[in-house]
Amino acid sequence: MVDVNEQIDGAVAQATKDFALVAEQSSREALVRARNCHLGKEAPLRLMQRTLGSLAPDERKATGSAIQAGLKVIEAQYAQVEAAVEAVELAGQLARETVDVTTDVTLHPRGALHPITALINRMCDVFVAMGWQIAEGPEAEAEWLNFDALNFTPDHPARFLSDTLFLDPPEAHRILRTHTSPVQARTLLTHDLPVYVVAPGKVYRADEYDATHLPVFHQIEGLAVDKGLGMADLKGTLDHLAKAMFGDEVVTRLRPHYFPFTEPSAEVDLRCFVCHGASVGDPAHPCRTCKSEGWIEWGGCGVVNPRVLQAAGIDTEVYSGFAFGMGVDRTVMFRNNASDLRDFVEGDIRFSRQLRGVAR
Amino acid sequence: MRAPYSWLTDFARLDESMDPVKLAGALTEAGLQVEKIDSPAQAISGLVVVGRVMEFVEEPQKNGKIIRWCQVDVGEHNPEGESSRGIICGAHNFQPGDLVAVALPGAVLPGDFAIASRKTYGHISDGMICAEDELGLGTDHAGIIVFPPDVEVTPGEDALAALGARDVTYEIDVTPDEGYCLSVRGLAREAAQITGGEFSDPYAAPVPATSDAGYPVVLDTEDCPLFVGVRVSGIDPDRPTPPWMVRRLKDVGMRSISLAVDITNYVMMESGQPLHAYDASALSGAIRVRHAHAGETLTTLDHNARVLSDEDVLITDDSGPIGLAGVMGGLTTELTATTTDVLLEAAWFDPVAIGRTYRRHHLPSEASRRFERGVDRGVAFAAGMRAAELLRDLAGGEISQAVTVAGAVVPMPTRVFTDPTLPSRILGVEVSLARVESILRASGVVVEAGPEGGLRLTPPTWRPDLVDDYDFVEEIGRKIGFSAITPRVPVAPIGRGYTREQMCRRSVLDAVATAGFVEVITLPFLGVAELDRLGLDPADERRATVRLANPLSETQPELRTTLLPGLFAAVNRNTSRSLDDLALFECGSVFLNHGHGDQVMPEVSHRPTDAEVQQLFSALPDQPRHLAGVLTGQWRPSDGSHPGETVSWTHGVYLAQTVAETLGLDLARRQGTRQPWHPGRCAELGVINLGQFVTVGWAGQVHPSVAAVWELPEPTIAVELDLDRLIALAPANGTITALSSHPATKQDVALVVDGSVAAAEVQSALRDGAGELLESIALFDIFTGDQIGVGKKSLAYNLVFRAFDRTLTEAEATSARDAAVAEATRRCGAVMRA
Repeated sequence: MVDVNEQIDGAVAQATKDFALVAEQSSREALVRARNCHLGKEAPLRLMQRTLGSLAPDERKATGSAIQAGLKVIEAQYAQVEAAVEAVELAGQLARETVDVTTDVTLHPRGALHPITALINRMCDVFVAMGWQIAEGPEAEAEWLNFDALNFTPDHPARFLSDTLFLDPPEAHRILRTHTSPVQARTLLTHDLPVYVVAPGKVYRADEYDATHLPVFHQIEGLAVDKGLGMADLKGTLDHLAKAMFGDEVVTRLRPHYFPFTEPSAEVDLRCFVCHGASVGDPAHPCRTCKSEGWIEWGGCGVVNPRVLQAAGIDTEVYSGFAFGMGVDRTVMFRNNASDLRDFVEGDIRFSRQLRGVAR
Repeated sequence: MRAPYSWLTDFARLDESMDPVKLAGALTEAGLQVEKIDSPAQAISGLVVVGRVMEFVEEPQKNGKIIRWCQVDVGEHNPEGESSRGIICGAHNFQPGDLVAVALPGAVLPGDFAIASRKTYGHISDGMICAEDELGLGTDHAGIIVFPPDVEVTPGEDALAALGARDVTYEIDVTPDEGYCLSVRGLAREAAQITGGEFSDPYAAPVPATSDAGYPVVLDTEDCPLFVGVRVSGIDPDRPTPPWMVRRLKDVGMRSISLAVDITNYVMMESGQPLHAYDASALSGAIRVRHAHAGETLTTLDHNARVLSDEDVLITDDSGPIGLAGVMGGLTTELTATTTDVLLEAAWFDPVAIGRTYRRHHLPSEASRRFERGVDRGVAFAAGMRAAELLRDLAGGEISQAVTVAGAVVPMPTRVFTDPTLPSRILGVEVSLARVESILRASGVVVEAGPEGGLRLTPPTWRPDLVDDYDFVEEIGRKIGFSAITPRVPVAPIGRGYTREQMCRRSVLDAVATAGFVEVITLPFLGVAELDRLGLDPADERRATVRLANPLSETQPELRTTLLPGLFAAVNRNTSRSLDDLALFECGSVFLNHGHGDQVMPEVSHRPTDAEVQQLFSALPDQPRHLAGVLTGQWRPSDGSHPGETVSWTHGVYLAQTVAETLGLDLARRQGTRQPWHPGRCAELGVINLGQFVTVGWAGQVHPSVAAVWELPEPTIAVELDLDRLIALAPANGTITALSSHPATKQDVALVVDGSVAAAEVQSALRDGAGELLESIALFDIFTGDQIGVGKKSLAYNLVFRAFDRTLTEAEATSARDAAVAEATRRCGAVMRA
């Protein structure tokens, strides 16, 4: 019996020794060899099992258990060494599969929305969040809706061929809209009151084509007509939009102005982003951005002239409203420091790509 | 309007703290935007003082020039113990005793021109005698500045102040409703009112009663209700315009011409009333103001013979027309170098009439601009008299006591302002009735009690803009200042967000951009030549363009009917900048001429009729929104692991599919024929609606000839879709069907068909034949070759079958596949490939 146990212990010890060697070599062949040697058919403990039949029953049982225990130890040790060898193998395989992750992986370059489209989306979101609706109208428009309905007199200079693009013949009173304001007139003629709408879109002027002027550009127009609206509501709405566009630090100002379709009228200015007003009255430190005025003109606005409401058949004793409009292109210039308006319409793919099509 | 601070403060006594920069800010905040502040002295540092040239020695130089070595007395700035400074001067336009401007060492003139004591021409020159341009006061460099003898200055005092260069001149953007601010007097009134200063009107004298005591004047048109004539005789035509007047005219942007003309301009700038001076000796008989007869002619001051319209208002005498009223005088009665007897005209003309006349004759002027904006109706007499007094004082003339007043001042309309709370409500600031009254009174409005607690408001003669209730509200708002308004965000009714169309459009643009296309915006103008270059047939509907009456460019007088020309031009622009791999898209309106009926111009005093509204909306070109894309170069660039992929017709279809799928539509295709596409590589795109193929666009490779004339890379891919039509066809919600949890059974089938049979036909037959069990079908191989016969092609499809309630057996799938093939055989002559 002593002899048998010594034999078993010896076999286990030999297996432990051999497995340690295999682990050291990390070799699949050695692993297979060691397995055959210690757990295979010819393994010492297997050979001993085959002799069990010749033992007396009580001795057979004890010896059998001892052999089983020895095999279990060896199997456990084998499992460990096998896992170790596989881990090393896998590491080797992964190392061989290494790629240079810094190479170009462009399947197809990303596209992008035009910054104007992206910003119009953003502006509309701001108003939709306030419960407003988005109104639209055509670019080739009735002269009446673009001018007369908005209290432009028949002799107003804006109607001249030098300012407005007319469809041929001009006597047919069709034009390319000079502002998004005819959408105001359309809205008032077709919507039930109250209305709170913004209208983004393309507008046209018989204007130069240079770094700061385009004959085709984009505006966003706002119109609210309800009971009891006035300048305070206009101011609050514009402040809200300005903060959404330029951040909470932005400072706005309403400066009295003249437009036929609003009365009182104002221009909305933004505190200069560059000098913050410090250049005013300081010729030693002029500011090119605001021409040392301290403010940058953003858009026009005012209380809707009751004559505009009358032309749409609205009772001006009950309803009043406010309207505003600003250049989207200009807003992009301020937000993104764009310097040349021509880039907006020349189609160079680098222009739209720069912002990745997002108005953050 | 340009206005010097010193001139404004002649009439407006301002608080001492109101320096020029502060006043500019106050004017701007009241709606008189100061766009520029000119102040020549601000560009100069150090001392520039008045000096008296005591004596000089002329010293000829080797280069032929003669310089003067001058001794100049600069008063307290003379070197200690000396009575003058030695200064070298190259100019010769002065004499001993003359007063000049001397920049002392340490001064820095405009352009960083530092003055120092320096050795030159063998002397120490201890300063510089200045010319106009060196001080930034003008462009004159013919000689140095010499103060006229009648100017009272003494050596040593500030020369810049003496020259008026310390003054500040504003450039003010006067809005069209504020014609009265096209005058120093009007601006001074505003400046005083908004800063709490005091204003005294030098032109307060009212127009006297009608009188024909003076030169006879007859008014024959309603466009001239008032004509004041003042005669000044015995003026000395040789008197020069005094420097202060020249300077002020220059400050406001006018050239000095002659004393009498300068006086009329000066008074116009000051009062806002344009004046005209006739040589009284050249007048014959009574002056008559009337409309021109069509075709009548007048030679104006600029020596142009002008053919007149019967809308033009004329000043005439017995000789015929002598002036285009309010616009330009006639040549025959012009003041000359010998004129001694002057008739001054101060009249009021109708703004619309003058506006039309000056535009008709292309004669904008300071006078016509003022008449168009509306001149003070009551200032004619005071302005005429002021000019007459200046002629008397400066030119030695004698004012005739007999002044003509033809016609009378047109009275200002009185407004009954029924609701004194309107200003508070519209401005959003509490404005008491007392404050309303005091502000309006300060603005010159006559305020009286009206019916039912309201007010009767009569604006002053210089405020024709105050008509409606809201005009008075604005006046109050301007005077309170919009900064006093507390912002408030109005609460809109609960909204429904974007409309379905708006949401669809936005999703489509996002999807197309995400799919790899870069959005561009191009100008929507084009020329017929561009349509020719697209190869369009004469009958092509895209030739039904809308034309502009006044195009920006003669070569592009039409509006686009297709987005492709703009995109092709964008491709050209990119390739010229070495950007060759392009996937561009644009979404925008095209303009289709469909005849579009007559527009209407209804009255604006009330709502147009429903029929008129309908006409306003419909008598316009069709303007559907299109979405188009163009691709060139590589879709996928080659890199270390991939050879790259050149654009092909498939990428055009890919864009269209992206749009359709975003809208929940299946894009159908058939072989198309349309310019500018390659006849064999053009897909007509459509949506099957109620069993019909509804065309929504085309995609494919651009015809090589078109690509060549547009200088586009080969191949160029183009796609154009009618986005509005697609959106209209898009299903509203879509249905979510329950999902089968059973595995699918796949079957492949290869069919041989005639080469001309469209794959889509075969696929559609297979789909119809397979029945409900077919879940999806995909073409995975196209093969042509001898094995299957000449003119034939083999199409290999992968069919996926699945049932909702069970796992299909192989036999069920095979039977469905056989049915599919049978249908393809029936419809397309397809034969299962062996």
